[in-house]
Amino acid sequence: MRYLPLTADDRREMLAAIGAASVDDLYRDVPKAARLDGPVDLPPHAGEMEVDRALSAMAAKNLPAAVAPSFLGAGIYRHHVPAAVDHLIQRGEFLTAYTPYQPEVSQGTLQYLFEFQTQVAMLTGSDVANASMYDGATSCAEAVMMACRITKRRKAVISGSLHPHYHDVTATSAKFFGVNLVSPGPDFAGTEDLAALIDGDTACVVVQNPDFFGRVRDFTALSEACQAAGALLVVVVTEMVSLGLIKSPGEMGADIVAAEGQSLGNAMNFGGPTVGVMTTRQKYLRQLPGRLVGETADADGRRGYVLTLSTREQHIRRDKATSNICTNSGLCALAFTIHLTLLGEVGFKRLAGLNHAAAVKLAGRLTGIEGVELLNDTYFNEFTLKLAKPAADVVEDLAGKGVFAGVPVSRLLPNAEGVENLLLVAVTETNTAEEMDRLVSGLEEVLR
Amino acid sequence: MSIPETYTGHQGLRTEEPLIFEQDTPGKSGVDLPEPETVSDALGGVTREGDIGLPGLSEPEVVRHYLRLSQKNYSIDGGMYPLGSCTMKHNPRLNEKMARLPGFAGLHPLQPQSTAQGAIELIGETARWLSVLTGMPGVAMSPAAGAHGELTGLMTIRSALEARGDARRRVLVPESAHGTNPASAAACGYTVESIPANERGRVDIDAFRKALDSDVAALMLTNPNTCGLFENDIIEIAEAVHEAGAFFYCDGANFNAIVGRVRPGDLGIDCMHINLHKTFSTPHGGGGPGSGPVVLSEALVPFMPVPYVVREGDTFRLVEDTGESDAKPFGRVKGFHGQFGMFIRALSYMMSHGSDGLRQVAEDAVLNANYLLAELGDELSAPFGGPCMHEVLFDDHFLKDTGVATLDFAKAMIDEGFHPMTMYFPLVVHGALLMEPTETESKQTLDTFIGMVRSLAAKAKAGDTDFFHEAPRLTPRRRLDETAAARKPVLRWTPPAEEAAE
Repeated sequence: MRYLPLTADDRREMLAAIGAASVDDLYRDVPKAARLDGPVDLPPHAGEMEVDRALSAMAAKNLPAAVAPSFLGAGIYRHHVPAAVDHLIQRGEFLTAYTPYQPEVSQGTLQYLFEFQTQVAMLTGSDVANASMYDGATSCAEAVMMACRITKRRKAVISGSLHPHYHDVTATSAKFFGVNLVSPGPDFAGTEDLAALIDGDTACVVVQNPDFFGRVRDFTALSEACQAAGALLVVVVTEMVSLGLIKSPGEMGADIVAAEGQSLGNAMNFGGPTVGVMTTRQKYLRQLPGRLVGETADADGRRGYVLTLSTREQHIRRDKATSNICTNSGLCALAFTIHLTLLGEVGFKRLAGLNHAAAVKLAGRLTGIEGVELLNDTYFNEFTLKLAKPAADVVEDLAGKGVFAGVPVSRLLPNAEGVENLLLVAVTETNTAEEMDRLVSGLEEVLR
Repeated sequence: MSIPETYTGHQGLRTEEPLIFEQDTPGKSGVDLPEPETVSDALGGVTREGDIGLPGLSEPEVVRHYLRLSQKNYSIDGGMYPLGSCTMKHNPRLNEKMARLPGFAGLHPLQPQSTAQGAIELIGETARWLSVLTGMPGVAMSPAAGAHGELTGLMTIRSALEARGDARRRVLVPESAHGTNPASAAACGYTVESIPANERGRVDIDAFRKALDSDVAALMLTNPNTCGLFENDIIEIAEAVHEAGAFFYCDGANFNAIVGRVRPGDLGIDCMHINLHKTFSTPHGGGGPGSGPVVLSEALVPFMPVPYVVREGDTFRLVEDTGESDAKPFGRVKGFHGQFGMFIRALSYMMSHGSDGLRQVAEDAVLNANYLLAELGDELSAPFGGPCMHEVLFDDHFLKDTGVATLDFAKAMIDEGFHPMTMYFPLVVHGALLMEPTETESKQTLDTFIGMVRSLAAKAKAGDTDFFHEAPRLTPRRRLDETAAARKPVLRWTPPAEEAAE
């Protein structure tokens, strides 16, 4: 077996050194009834070629959105990832290292996480960022729990324009942790009044920007309303490329930012793994969940980096920890930070500009189609269309022609009323003029 | 020979690498993008003004930066990584290749399911392998990592209890457990009660029976436990848990010791998470991403979270919403469909080993650990004797009165070119040294490791304390001041001018 270095001779010699007659002896603490005497009912070992063949056959059954004309978004976005990113993250020293518990031999990981934290804080306009979370949705749930700890209150107001998965994951945590969630329900009309729902028990208000329906919002006034009531403002960002063009959550007065970083450096991967992002104000630092990397000096006075403030964490505080999170998304954070370093200030802003210009252009063309109405006044690279037909059917039809027209809102809000004909359309720098032509002609055809 | 000062600060291949922010040339970029067309924008005036502060570097500078950083890391590719409870085994490159097939990596999670049948099948197939290997009928695939799996498992248990109108408030956790166990129980709204270990490194059965009553929702037991020992009373423990109307949660972090040889379902376990980044060889990536599927007994399956895969004839369907489920899922724990990219890697690994190879994995892992115990037991101090399972626990008794602490001993191992073992965990012994060689180390490597550890132990006993206190000397950085880092946290770079102004 190619992954196992021990030979039969090695095993014999080692058993002799141990003083055991057979390997079965080493399992003698296992109750007899539970010892399997032969292999379980699964196929036997296979060579690299056979495994490659079988899995490639499975992959070949899919039509990847990375290849087909695709306007899918709703939390995962197709962006071009420079070749250097995937090359660098596959260096064994990054790929096959553990969490940097021994800083003297982990400065590579620690330094890139310190740089990641800095970049994330800059993008979001926050004081401090942690070294990553699982994904945007779990980061959002953690943000609500964090707000409850800070304010010692147990109610959270959730915008109806928050991504439904983020809402659901947060609702799960809230249910078990004992937090009361209040939400006005899906807000595709953009008319909800969240400030009216804030009261003396409110720990936080959770909003998204651009919101689930693609609208660009300024939450400055809401942040003031929160502050007046002693509640925190949590801003969710699912498309971080937008931060190259639109006002940062920090500038709007966000106390906590929970974001999804997949757009930078990471493939779509059918939705995972991705990289959760979390930031806050300096004064709430000790309530942040997750790993933090800090600067310090070594015994010779040279600058270096370590994991720090671990008294917040589960391996020290156990049931009193700020979170149970241990493993996070280190390698996805590396991909994020390399991509952003390649882009730089100029490249990142240009990327955001390209996305927005493409969206404006496509929106203009789509609204010219009979049976298509654009619901958004504002948007970055994603917007909501109201179609003359159920969006799920339209999407299936167009998928049959090899075009991914977008995400039907009903896929994520199957129980909501009035969403049947709504379609979320995302457009990025990767969408060519020809892809847009195919979407336009496809929609014209199915809506005729 | 003393090491000469150099003009650059580099020492041959060991380079000093500034932060990206210190390599900034404004206006530079490592990506060629066209200037966006001028459009009448749709941002509603909510625009970003001013600089973000991101540095500008070209591609060669970026590649060099990260390559140089990578060279400051220890890795399993580069050497043995005997971190107990972490299962740092070889990460096959076939897995990486498979995960990057465009037909997998290029899938959007919300493309029509009809266009992603191979991916949904892959999730179902990974679940099937895990189900057969554990002897458990259901698998919740979406948890993002081990701790997330723990939380998901406990949520499933609490949902099952509440569905029968049996709200309970406590979870029993042995004191040798990973810190994530009590933290997960607390996050699930439970009160944690700690159960002591006995003199044999196992759960103290009397204390456990005393704590067990109708208010206990679950016992969270790691098996094999974090002392590297199999809980030999496990069937009796399971029976007691069930008699009390509670559920038996097993932390599957140490499944590598028994995969293919023992099915947790046969031990009376109701619920167990599996760290795909441990037993099933997906890379740790410097701290993730992980993946923590949870296997469930019959009684818990109806309550597991969405999404999950059902097979309808030749079609695979992801049930994504609680409303479309025929069962009683408690909700959703993660965006989209779980760590799909890690499922591919784990399945590639399981298929490579097959049922026979996986059994051999467990046997070699256990053999390697017992070999360390046999060859080091006389020089170090093993509190519980053998046989051990896939990891071996020593305490710091052998260092008593030497002036050398476990930490110093570990740092000296670094100069010897090895990553240290897990230290000061589990908490049930003093100054713990927990070593997990895994099955992917050769006997030659183990022999070198053994020789190295023995020589260090002899050196410590000979009173060469300075040698240990000064270690490590041969690393990119020497011991770092963690106290200073925590006292005045500097968690981001700030421009020098701002720093001076503060």
